[in-house]
Amino acid sequence: MRKLVELNENKRIRPAKGKTGESMKHESAEKQVTGKAIYIDDMPELPGTLHVAVGGSRYAHAFIKSIDLSAVEKAPGVVKVITVNDVPGHTDIGPVFPGDPVLVESECEYIGQPIFAVAADSHEKAKAAVGLAQIQYKELEPTLTIDKAMEEQFFVRPTHQHKRGDAKKALAEASQIVSGDLYVKGQEHFYLEGQISMVAPTEDGGMNVYSSSQHPTEVQKLVAEVLNISINKVNVEVRRMGGGFGGKETQAAPLACIAAIIAHHTQRPVKYRMSRHDDMVMTGKRHDFYNDYKVGINEQGVIQGAEVNVRGRCGNSPDLSDAIVDRAMFHSDNAYYLNQATVTGYRCKTHTVSNTAYRGFGGPQGVITAEQMMDDIARQIGEDPLTVRKRNLYGIKHDSMRLSDGSVDPRNQTHYGQTVEQEVLPALISQLEESAEYWQRREEIKQFNAHSAFLKKGLALTPVKFGISFTVQFLNQAGALVHVYTDGSIQVNHGGTEMGQGLYIKVAQVVAEEFQVDLDTIQVSATRTDKVSNTSPTAASSGSDLNGMAAQDACRRIKSGLVKHAADLHKTSEDKVRFESNHIVVINDEDKEIWTTFPDFVQNAYMARVPLFSSGHYQTPKIHYNRETGQGRPFFYYAHGASVSEVLVDTLTGEYKVTRVDILQDVGRSLNPAIDIGQIEGAYIQGMGWLTTEDLVWSDNGRLLSNGPATYKIPAVGDTPIDFRVKLMEQLPNSEETIYRSKAVGEPPFMLGISAWSALRDAVSSLADYRFSPPMNTPATPECVLNAVNITKSFVAKTSANTK
Amino acid sequence: MIELYINGKKVEEHNVVPDMTVLRYLRTTKNLPGTKEGCGSGDCGACSVLAGDMVNGEWRYKTINSCITFLSQLHNKSLITVEGLSQGSQLHPAQQAMVDKHGSQCGFCTPGIVMSLTALFENAPPNADFSLHEVYDALSGNLCRCTGYKPIIDAANAMKNYPGTIDVSIWTPSTERPVDEGGSDHSEGQAWTPKTEEALKQLLNDYPDARLVAGATDLALEVTQMHRRIHKLVAINQIASLKTITETRDYLVIGGAATFTEIEPFLKGSFPEFAALMSRFASRQIKNSATMGGNIASASPIGDAPPVLIALNAEIEISSLSGSRWVALDTFYIDYKKTILGTGEYIRAIRIPHRKATEQLKVYKISKRIEDDISAVLMAINITQQGDKIAAVRTGFGGMAAIPKAGAAIEAALLNQPMNVNTFRQAGLKVSEDFQPFNDVRASANYRIQVTQGLLEKCALEMLNPQATSRVENVCTAKLHSDNVIAPSAQECV
Repeated sequence: MRKLVELNENKRIRPAKGKTGESMKHESAEKQVTGKAIYIDDMPELPGTLHVAVGGSRYAHAFIKSIDLSAVEKAPGVVKVITVNDVPGHTDIGPVFPGDPVLVESECEYIGQPIFAVAADSHEKAKAAVGLAQIQYKELEPTLTIDKAMEEQFFVRPTHQHKRGDAKKALAEASQIVSGDLYVKGQEHFYLEGQISMVAPTEDGGMNVYSSSQHPTEVQKLVAEVLNISINKVNVEVRRMGGGFGGKETQAAPLACIAAIIAHHTQRPVKYRMSRHDDMVMTGKRHDFYNDYKVGINEQGVIQGAEVNVRGRCGNSPDLSDAIVDRAMFHSDNAYYLNQATVTGYRCKTHTVSNTAYRGFGGPQGVITAEQMMDDIARQIGEDPLTVRKRNLYGIKHDSMRLSDGSVDPRNQTHYGQTVEQEVLPALISQLEESAEYWQRREEIKQFNAHSAFLKKGLALTPVKFGISFTVQFLNQAGALVHVYTDGSIQVNHGGTEMGQGLYIKVAQVVAEEFQVDLDTIQVSATRTDKVSNTSPTAASSGSDLNGMAAQDACRRIKSGLVKHAADLHKTSEDKVRFESNHIVVINDEDKEIWTTFPDFVQNAYMARVPLFSSGHYQTPKIHYNRETGQGRPFFYYAHGASVSEVLVDTLTGEYKVTRVDILQDVGRSLNPAIDIGQIEGAYIQGMGWLTTEDLVWSDNGRLLSNGPATYKIPAVGDTPIDFRVKLMEQLPNSEETIYRSKAVGEPPFMLGISAWSALRDAVSSLADYRFSPPMNTPATPECVLNAVNITKSFVAKTSANTK
Repeated sequence: MIELYINGKKVEEHNVVPDMTVLRYLRTTKNLPGTKEGCGSGDCGACSVLAGDMVNGEWRYKTINSCITFLSQLHNKSLITVEGLSQGSQLHPAQQAMVDKHGSQCGFCTPGIVMSLTALFENAPPNADFSLHEVYDALSGNLCRCTGYKPIIDAANAMKNYPGTIDVSIWTPSTERPVDEGGSDHSEGQAWTPKTEEALKQLLNDYPDARLVAGATDLALEVTQMHRRIHKLVAINQIASLKTITETRDYLVIGGAATFTEIEPFLKGSFPEFAALMSRFASRQIKNSATMGGNIASASPIGDAPPVLIALNAEIEISSLSGSRWVALDTFYIDYKKTILGTGEYIRAIRIPHRKATEQLKVYKISKRIEDDISAVLMAINITQQGDKIAAVRTGFGGMAAIPKAGAAIEAALLNQPMNVNTFRQAGLKVSEDFQPFNDVRASANYRIQVTQGLLEKCALEMLNPQATSRVENVCTAKLHSDNVIAPSAQECV
């Protein structure tokens, strides 16, 4: 039998390359830079492939009175036009709760909501035909804002509350009260590859689906449901996405479903690729939130009690909003002990596109409110915001704060009852404030601002504590499939999807580590529902935690067979067998080490009929949450980080620039430092974009006006601070047993971008000698910053008039 | 016939639809899917390719957005796509640097980034160190949503560490290039690429409904975004006489089809403040295609060149088969997207009078994002100072009205007044006399007025403190010291 050339026996024995902890490059890097990495739109089209475009509602809220699609059907190149009446099976494709019709039957609930789909022999012809539809509507009054939904008590899901102790009493007894509110706008994912799906009918009456999806299993299930066929007739494959960020968790499925319905009727392959405009108008975004808080503090600014309300603008359907608003609630403490706390979360229904998962999943909208609290407290008591933040951190004990039994309050329990066990932030922040020279720069900035007419500098350090686990418990599982072939090469497959985050390379490194073989002997393969079934979405930062563990389990099952075989072969015990440096090493009964190359040994095992493949499975331990009581341990562990941002603001125009950023992130024992740093840098910039330039603008009748990159501005190259210092917290393995004690990194650093917003407020606050905390809704566009400047200036004018 | 080279290979097309974009052509006809569509509107750069022109016997390459370039514009040009860069397993330095610096994550923007880095690398001397400005400039039209750009900037700076691996034959196809007019005839319409103004005038006379295209960075959006068809298309980007830029005794004269990249060095010499706007004007890809003539003719209220040109008292030459005439630019615009340009007419040239020594130009752009964004407000002021008095003033505003125009009341408030902050604050009170701007996706009307007032004050402060750093867009690090900025005392009114 052939063997891998790489593992030539004459080669000197050396440690395997590319194990965990090494900064291996992304598995597709070379293919990506040469244009050889295949995205769905790049795949060769099968003969007869049809292209889809969809016609959507013209009104935010309306009944359809009549539909005349005859002109659409007659348009050049058009082969098939479908409405909801052409759906063979389920018409509702809501992922968790109903509410998402695949095509509208009668009541339209947002502008752009799909009503019919056209399939033509080219993308251009399908797009052109859509405009020919004649649809009559009866307009209804839309609800477009959180305010109006709250007024009408118009919700997609019931209100939920976390309660710890008696917040009212604590507020009544507190020496000072601080309160504030904040409107946080949503965010468009702007993955560079738009939503796309390609579907081909199979000979069994099923469908082969290529989808740019973070959740192939859900696509599989929904395609089966709309076609009214069993799940086993549908196979979904995802090799890679051109970015996801949560936007392809549920939002990819409608494309696959519509394409599958057309493929079912025409028995032809069908491709549905959304134009950027359609993608921005028809698919969900990050939720807007309107939050307010009221905290009681002591003289030191330490919170004694808190009442927080978070209100998510969910759009027209539940989608994932229940869990998203939950996560906003879970994170409205961020890193701070709220003590006696009541946190209430509202799921507002609006006649706008249903908002969905986006990196952080509601967490960022909760975290920013906690950070606003800290800044506002600091301005009220006249302390530096960092001082106030540090005093309020979990685990920081204050002698004056005691429990009813008289003992000092450990201040380590969240408002939902989970104990913060691994206290990382106090040490992390103190390292960062030193390396970023926070206090020295604070003084320099005060001096600068005193001597500068209209350019003002701002500085802020904000931490992040982010809970890791799906808050929907059953999703915290994963499967993997590992094959070892007779030449010693290995193939690994798992339920996680690759969207650029480096999951495939991390899992491959886990396999390399397990077998102690070179990484280049391991082939990653596309995620397919016929290889690993019933998978969870690649979301909640869980990709490597779950799939890494599942792959490890598969490897260990294969290894146990190999170890047994080796022990039998050399008549020794299993504990005398180990994997090392691309070899299997056995200490035989004469205490002699026998080194056999991995391929040689694998061939031997194969001839001895030892299984060389295995599945693996993982379920996250320890987690539980009781939704009735709002208490439990929803998170296996927390990931932490902190960032320091410095900004320069032009108070004549509101324009600004982020001039320096320092980050320290807790990733446990990193599986791949280069990949992790890439996630952190990218997340910071994406978070900064959310809070600065990325402005979703809606018309008064519910139309999205910022519907393309000309009007919706994600950060460009010049927005990245040149002085951008990102470090991983060293020597801090996860206290929980995660894959090699690493920590999740996808979402947590997104919230580091909040320090940019806080620094903008700091710069504006300097106009009032830091005695005033300027309101600054997000995104803090130049216009918004100039408004904050004006409000601050009138505060100063008013107070100086009063003192005169 | 449209004849071009794609990765060194000659391609001839006789009957493509006139509105065929280069991106669609590459992906659907040439089986070259490495070039991606991210937006179809020239904003993200995923579709970037290199377009080569023969200049003085040498091929010169520039990045363009293939999604908003029509195939007929590339007649006689050489196109390099991402598929053409590597040789076997040997990667181009731009590619290798991107791999080694972890510059790709999802990889969808990567081919476009690689092309922009390649242009930066190939147009510089070997082993060149790039300034921050050069790196920003090269990448200004490439959006990346994953990396936050840091590793891409690192890759730009690392390219010099790799040996060049250029396959010369691909980059330098046969130099005996034809000078024929180009064109294509399809049942759905025709495209022409004339080489002379005579041919252009005749075409416009014969086909009065033909659409004129220079850079296509605006017109192509009708096809890719509004899904309209163009049945007759005349590309003027290869008419040499429309691309000349000359300095005469009295004027800088710019051909109507000269691109901003071609114009930029001349602006640097004569109107450095105008040249400085270029870094915020548009991405490099757009500037490589877009023309000043097109920016004027498209008559957008948010075009950035017209307000500056109005403040500089520029004139334009309008030509047709029946002759030529010069008109002042501020008389060119009638109403929203309406101009005096008649059927069969085109903008032949723009001339900007040279500045007198006493004239000072100030140009300000306000937008949500500093790079590659559309102005909420653009303000240009051309001031002649005599002693401490303002002896003459001319303004131009964009984003404030349905057309680019001067602010008469603002000018009147400044004229013959002392050169101080108070004067400009008083002029600020006149902004709403001149303009009643709209609320739109970029800004509210209120902000537009307020920020214009702020800009007027800033203009005074800058003129009185010419050495000071005063704009955030020019600040890259946190090192700015208070000695280098304008002191609070400067804001006190006299």
